[in-house]
Amino acid sequence: MADLAAQGETPEILFWVGCAGAFDDRYKRVTRAFVRILEHVGVKYAVLGMEESCTGDPAKRAGNEFLFQMQAMQNITTLNGYGIKKVVTACPHCFNTIKNEYPALGGEYEVIHHSTFLQQLINDGRVKIEGGESYKGRRITFHDSCYLGRSNNIYEAPRAVLEALDADLVEMKRSKANGLCCGAGGAQMWKEPEPGKKDVNIERTEEALATLDGNAAALDNLYGVESGNAGATPAPKANAQSSIIAVGCPFCMTMMSDGVKNKERENNVQVFDLAELVASAEGLNA
Amino acid sequence: MHFSIQNILFLLVAIAGFGLFAWQARKIRANILVGRDRDMSGNVSERLNKTLLVAFGQSKMFKRLTPAFLHLIVYVGFLVINVEVIEIMVDGIFGTHRFLQFLGPVYDALMATNEILGALVIVAVVAFWWRRNRKPPVRRFQGPELRMWPKLDANIILYVEVILMAALFTMNTADLKLHQLRGADMPGTFPISSLLVGLFPTSETALHVLERVGWWAHIVGILCFLNYLPSSKHFHIIMAFPNVYYSRLVPQGQFSNVESITHEVKAMMDPSYEVPAPATAPDGSALAPTPFGAKDVNDLAWTNLLNAYSCTECGRCTSVCPANITGKLLSPRKIIMDTRDRMEEKYNSPLIFSPNLYGQEAKHESQEVLDKENHTLLRGYVTPEELWACTTCNACVEACPVNINPLESIVEMRRFLVLEESAAPNSLNVMFSNIENNGAPWAFSPSDRFNWADDLFVADKEAVTA
Repeated sequence: MADLAAQGETPEILFWVGCAGAFDDRYKRVTRAFVRILEHVGVKYAVLGMEESCTGDPAKRAGNEFLFQMQAMQNITTLNGYGIKKVVTACPHCFNTIKNEYPALGGEYEVIHHSTFLQQLINDGRVKIEGGESYKGRRITFHDSCYLGRSNNIYEAPRAVLEALDADLVEMKRSKANGLCCGAGGAQMWKEPEPGKKDVNIERTEEALATLDGNAAALDNLYGVESGNAGATPAPKANAQSSIIAVGCPFCMTMMSDGVKNKERENNVQVFDLAELVASAEGLNA
Repeated sequence: MHFSIQNILFLLVAIAGFGLFAWQARKIRANILVGRDRDMSGNVSERLNKTLLVAFGQSKMFKRLTPAFLHLIVYVGFLVINVEVIEIMVDGIFGTHRFLQFLGPVYDALMATNEILGALVIVAVVAFWWRRNRKPPVRRFQGPELRMWPKLDANIILYVEVILMAALFTMNTADLKLHQLRGADMPGTFPISSLLVGLFPTSETALHVLERVGWWAHIVGILCFLNYLPSSKHFHIIMAFPNVYYSRLVPQGQFSNVESITHEVKAMMDPSYEVPAPATAPDGSALAPTPFGAKDVNDLAWTNLLNAYSCTECGRCTSVCPANITGKLLSPRKIIMDTRDRMEEKYNSPLIFSPNLYGQEAKHESQEVLDKENHTLLRGYVTPEELWACTTCNACVEACPVNINPLESIVEMRRFLVLEESAAPNSLNVMFSNIENNGAPWAFSPSDRFNWADDLFVADKEAVTA
């Protein structure tokens, strides 16, 4: 961004990479996939690079309001300094914080989550989802991120992106407004869970796997999932290719990937971010 | 019109009933007002729409069809049968008999609707009773916070509702039979009572007594029930409406901003920024500084306290809480119930029961150390372990049929733990210092923040050369 500003230019969008997008090895692949899409469609974008700092989301959710506001004011000063108007991010936590909590501290921007952005690109025909990997007939289930869904009512955009892939989309019993958390929100990402019967991400992974497998019996054994219409989940199709749990959040990515490993299903179930799926369908392998 | 001693007696009973309720309502209003001030004015049309949809329209109930349908019967029954209560009041005061009969065919329809709804209410109440008392009960009616008094309370409500309906049918049936014996025409249509006349005695005196017993039992029952409400979870039939009206209109992910901290941070970043003078007491003396976050009920916003009085302990929040369903100690319902219990322990108790005296033992059975010395909401009722289990996923907020927000209270108490007591789990303190020192919750150097792009260009080159 600093380079662009030095040239006296302003970007169309600012891509807010987020700490996970910058440091988490797995999520860096998502960052790169999204950047490839941006390059591919020729959007004039910029990133803050080293000038970016944590939005303060985990600090605020953990109760450290002071640290949150320090981070927020610092970021707002940076963004306002460059005259940023439009921010796109692949992290629902960054998205929620910048969109909903920065305005009270003097940071007013149009903030877009990458699922909405990708949906727009597909709707406008700028991304055609062809020329790359085909998802035809592969089973995909979308795990709603709390901070995208319940927190900000974005349920359709990620699904619209997945529908464009022409895959075999299946819904978990707890989805959209009733979705189950991956277990990492509210700063849980950085601490051990409290003692209990099970970790939240295991419960959620079991649900995702049972849905992908069409295993109604396994679904009925989950806590709080009401049985009854067990027959509603279609039987699995014979499919040589692996099934996919799609996510739109770095925390969900970590938690679901860990869950799949815990269940020893990495060989036939993969966890992908929406941006990765779009990039590979478009032939932009990251 | 037969004005008699009965009318004077009724007037006294009615005045006592409503007066007592007003006295109890004032206590509860005082309890709610100990909360911190929060401006909830404005957006009237949006708020009214929400109230119509969520409170009157029961829109959030219909996430679960069976209980929603049963609840709808009782709810509509409550609304419609109340029209008859108006009639009873007028009859009682002025000595008229079935005062509303001038409505003619409308009265016929009203009475018929009342009777059918009354019968359906009994069916629904029996179903509710079965859901709660079968072994094991429906999962959300289990849980340590729902033993003792809360369990008894739930059943008392169901029994009272059956008694009220039975009184109504006794009154109607006796009246109907009396008219039949005299060959007189009775105003109104009574589909259920006309089935019951065979069961009633044929003595006119007995029927007259039964009619009076039914009449008095129904209205006295209602007045007693009205005064039981402030002690009960059933208070939601009143409080749900203001609670929905004053619910949050911002996105659920938006957490409240702490104004006092904003001033501090602005002053740190800009030395010329003037922090507004702290509020003073009316006599000009300095007030004790308000703590960050919430330690006790008076540190919560008044809307959080209103939440506590609107809770009917249905447990929909707890049944969708990811922490709770995976066996952690957190139960959003318990946080809300604790808030009400603590308010009544510290400030005003309702007339009949002090729920905290009955429920506390059972509630804390699974919790280890409770600080009895410093008996406050935090630690006295709610343990840090519960608070730290929350993933802030908003599932409880989404699930509540009356727009209660347990998450707000949880975050306020976390704020107290972190900002006033520095009592965050150690791993979170590590995360805080990482953010402070590195600008990221992980221990990475800020100078590595752009490293993700290195591989990108390498991969690009490979793609070009390949």
